[in-house]
Amino acid sequence: MSALSRDDVAHLAGLARIDLSDAELDRMVGELGVILESVAKVQEVAAADIEPMSHPMPLTNVTRPDEVRPSLGADEVLAAAPAQELQRFSVPRILAED
Amino acid sequence: MAIDITRASAAELAHALASRELSSVEVVQAQLDRIAAVDGEVHAFLHVDPEGALTAAKDVDDRRAAGEDLHVLAGVPIAVKDVMATKGLPTTCGSRILQGWVPPYDATLVARLRAAGMPILGKTNMDEFAMGSSTEHSAYGPSHNPWDLERIPGGSGGGSSAAVAAYEAPLAIGTDTGGSIRQPAAVTGTVGVKPTYGGVSRYGLVALASSLDQAGPCTRTVLDAALLHSVIGGHDPMDSTSIDAPVPPVVEAARRAEVRGLRVGIVKELGGEGYQAGVRTRFEESVKLLQDAGAEVVEVSCPHFDYALAAYYLILPSEASSNLAKFDAMRYGLRVLPEGVDDPSAEQVMAATRDAGFGAEVKRRIILGTYALSSGYYDAYYGQAQKVRRLIANDFAAAFEQADVLVSPTAPTTAFKLGDKLEDPMAMYLNDIATIPANLAGVPGMSIPSGLADEDGLPAGIQLLAPAGRDERLYGVGAALERMLLDQWGGPLLTRAPELEVKGGAR
Amino acid sequence: MTTTTSEPIVDYDEALERYDPVMGLEVHVELNTATKMFCGCATEFGAEPNTQVCPVCLGLPGALPVVNEKAVESAIRIGLALDCEIAEWCRFARKNYFYPDMPKNFQTSQYDEPIASNGHLDVELEDGTVFRVEIERAHMEEDTGKSLHVGGATGRIHGAEYSLVDYNRAGIPLIEIVTKPITAAGRRAPEVARAYVSALRELLRALGVSDVKMEQGSMRCDANVSLRPRAGEPTSQEQAAVPLGTRTETKNVNSLRSVERAVRYEISRHAAVLDSGAKVTQETRHWHEDTGVTTSGREKSDAEDYRYFPEPDLVPVAPSREVVERLRGTLPEPPAQRRKRLQSDWGYSDLEMRDVVNAGLVEMVAETVAAGATPAGARKWWTGEVARRANAEGQDVVSYAALLGVRPAHVAELEGLVKDGRLNDSLARQVWQGVLDGEGGPTQVADARGLRLDQDSGALEVAVDKVIEANPDVVQKIRAGKVQAAGALIGQVMKEMRGQADAGRARELILAKLT
Repeated sequence: MSALSRDDVAHLAGLARIDLSDAELDRMVGELGVILESVAKVQEVAAADIEPMSHPMPLTNVTRPDEVRPSLGADEVLAAAPAQELQRFSVPRILAED
Repeated sequence: MAIDITRASAAELAHALASRELSSVEVVQAQLDRIAAVDGEVHAFLHVDPEGALTAAKDVDDRRAAGEDLHVLAGVPIAVKDVMATKGLPTTCGSRILQGWVPPYDATLVARLRAAGMPILGKTNMDEFAMGSSTEHSAYGPSHNPWDLERIPGGSGGGSSAAVAAYEAPLAIGTDTGGSIRQPAAVTGTVGVKPTYGGVSRYGLVALASSLDQAGPCTRTVLDAALLHSVIGGHDPMDSTSIDAPVPPVVEAARRAEVRGLRVGIVKELGGEGYQAGVRTRFEESVKLLQDAGAEVVEVSCPHFDYALAAYYLILPSEASSNLAKFDAMRYGLRVLPEGVDDPSAEQVMAATRDAGFGAEVKRRIILGTYALSSGYYDAYYGQAQKVRRLIANDFAAAFEQADVLVSPTAPTTAFKLGDKLEDPMAMYLNDIATIPANLAGVPGMSIPSGLADEDGLPAGIQLLAPAGRDERLYGVGAALERMLLDQWGGPLLTRAPELEVKGGAR
Repeated sequence: MTTTTSEPIVDYDEALERYDPVMGLEVHVELNTATKMFCGCATEFGAEPNTQVCPVCLGLPGALPVVNEKAVESAIRIGLALDCEIAEWCRFARKNYFYPDMPKNFQTSQYDEPIASNGHLDVELEDGTVFRVEIERAHMEEDTGKSLHVGGATGRIHGAEYSLVDYNRAGIPLIEIVTKPITAAGRRAPEVARAYVSALRELLRALGVSDVKMEQGSMRCDANVSLRPRAGEPTSQEQAAVPLGTRTETKNVNSLRSVERAVRYEISRHAAVLDSGAKVTQETRHWHEDTGVTTSGREKSDAEDYRYFPEPDLVPVAPSREVVERLRGTLPEPPAQRRKRLQSDWGYSDLEMRDVVNAGLVEMVAETVAAGATPAGARKWWTGEVARRANAEGQDVVSYAALLGVRPAHVAELEGLVKDGRLNDSLARQVWQGVLDGEGGPTQVADARGLRLDQDSGALEVAVDKVIEANPDVVQKIRAGKVQAAGALIGQVMKEMRGQADAGRARELILAKLT
């Protein structure tokens, strides 16, 4: 079972868009190491033929009819916006093109 | 013969309101006064809404005076864990990242409370984004256990349980992902219920782990929990995972309170080593009471429960890492600019905000979850955990062939001191060891007080578990046991809690 | 980062001698459901920003998705029309990445359990060859919001100071249709790509699931291209055994024409890279219709780990076989079959029908005939001046006509004017020019320009007399029995009448006077 290196944690923090300080990174490597050791216990269980369970309840086919329902007003939508302009959310420059 | 408002149960208040002995305004005002008197020390509330609560109370009083048919709990006030979206009231989830956020909509559960005419006193404190077992991870400071203010009230819903235990509210709403209703109930000497997964709508419940979260009642009596359960439960078309079936007959079961002929299963893997002696003693005594009352007691084994904690701490962080991605400073919530960066990009603002706005526990779990889901690791971690989950559900199914309800101590210890377990995340996680299996399998669970532990005189709880959709069994057994214990104690356990120092001499 | 220096390319034919192209086409279709994929917000195009948004599609804390049943039906119908297997049980999955136009910072999509898989679309090329494009899968997902990039030179993201986001589009249902690698097309790859997108569009329009307007973004195409060394004929075993090369994904391919050109360009560009001994960079590229090149977008990294996992807020979709069969019954006639039938109804030759099909005009002609025009007339007017102008603008006829506001009813009206004798063919062409120039409908244009066949014999007779007098030699010939010579006089009469005369009538008068 692989341990998490500092670089690994830094990479994961990047994926999760959290700018960890060096101190936080150091601390987290230790803590996560301990936790991972514990949770890796799941690998002891022989479960090759077991169907994974992502839902406690075996529901299927829950849908709704294609009928319009009231939206929020634009003012409600934008009420908590950190910045807005032209009735849109203003966000800082985006680096990567989608 | 005036009813002592703040000490009364919700059922008693409901009766007094219906008979016009009390008005809702009086009840709400009494609760607000109590909050003002003690919450400085308890810190159960993050936000109190006197105006809103009194307005709602007045409205109910007017409608009652006009002869309108009202819900049984109409006029009875309630506190709501700050993880539920409440329109017009701040909803912080105990986090800085949502400081001051006011939702433009009500959670379905909240809408049902309002529709029933229940004034909302305010929002209660919690571990940040419901991650924790002590409420110490709240960004706004911990809540304090009314039994001993230097101790934790449990978590993540410590605010709700403390509010109820300190008589600040007769009822509160909590949420339970791994025990966050039940464990606080156990350590504060109150009642807490996690309904069957899907039994209560999650629309408006800020998600931690979508496949584990459930909202439920935090109360002082089993009957009160049943009454509240029937208000908030039931199908919601806005929640695809909600069960399309009527709420189980919980109130009826609580009133009937029957155990004769019921098979009660003690789970071998829960309650042995690692559980405080005093907690175990009270548990065993409660089981004996059930036996004396005519229940058949058997021992069952759920071997995969030993892996429940591990599976949980893989599944939860994985789902949480995705659920919390939306907090990115673009549409609402905190926005922090990175220091020393001219003209930061959106990505940089996101990362700086999330570092500033999330606490350490949240960050830990997000990183862990990101790892567990990442390519190359999915099968070994998240994938494997979901398989273990299936095995745990199978264990429950097998156990419920042999028993109608299962029992265990709710938590391994009584309330520990604030600060005791903050250095070691794993030590904190172990508080949930008995409650987690129910969330993984989706079955309902209840904690009621079993007594005070001999070592420290602090409350312990007994956990009851029932098959999915059979929530009423919890209430039947719970109410029966509660009555027997009350007889034994000569009154509610809470009356033994020390009187809180009140500000200004109010009660 | 804009490139001012263009990247080297190899002549297309040369490239095809050394390399074998393989393509993968991904098409995103915006469904025309009334509401979004997971909430009841309206999906109207062009609404004021952020007015069709709710807690669910805004991704507010606590909000939960609920699947739109019509979107599922449309997805199944699309799958059936593409001859796919419809899953008995499938789930949604979260595709996790951060981007400001995605409110939850994950897209609810489908990963390894698409609702439809393993189908095909038989595509007819210009010369009648039928090429089978294998379909890997079709799955359901949701669209993102739309960003306005402010401050940059081109309004694009590069160099922008900040962006403004509108979430009206966030959550609109999308169906993504992915082909299997398209091999064995050889030098016809660009043509096949275009024909596939065209045929797919026609199919989707026939299903009524989307308005498939590429120019409006309700149908988007990404073209993946790779080259591998040539090892025989494109369809040979030897060629099939050669491993695939590195592919690039090209976005912003907004029209049928762009599809063809972009594929062609990428083939030429890849060839130049490979010829130089370098490796093709796996990346996303952006097509520029104006300059006819692709530019580098960002690295299409496998390092972008989407951490897919089954969506826990939704339950599986398990369409019963009864439901699937019911939906199969709602499928319209397959376009290829329909085309054969229409060709027969319209009396077109194979070549004539192919012209219409290749120009993407089958529906247009059908609507025009339905509006009252003759099949021949419908074909003539749509494949004539309109097609010429569309081509000059780099657009396909249907889009171009839509842009101009020219409709089937106009053609029917125009034909009507000729049938009624108000216009002759020459005048009709003038009127049509006017319609295309935006002067209004045919009758409006004819009136405004004062174009009408002069039915008044008086003026005609005066013109005939005038021409007879001016041409004694021709007149003599006619009188001598050479009736064909009247042709020359007719021409002059028409000139005299400024074209506003019925040639047949003029001939009658001339002969009546002279014989």
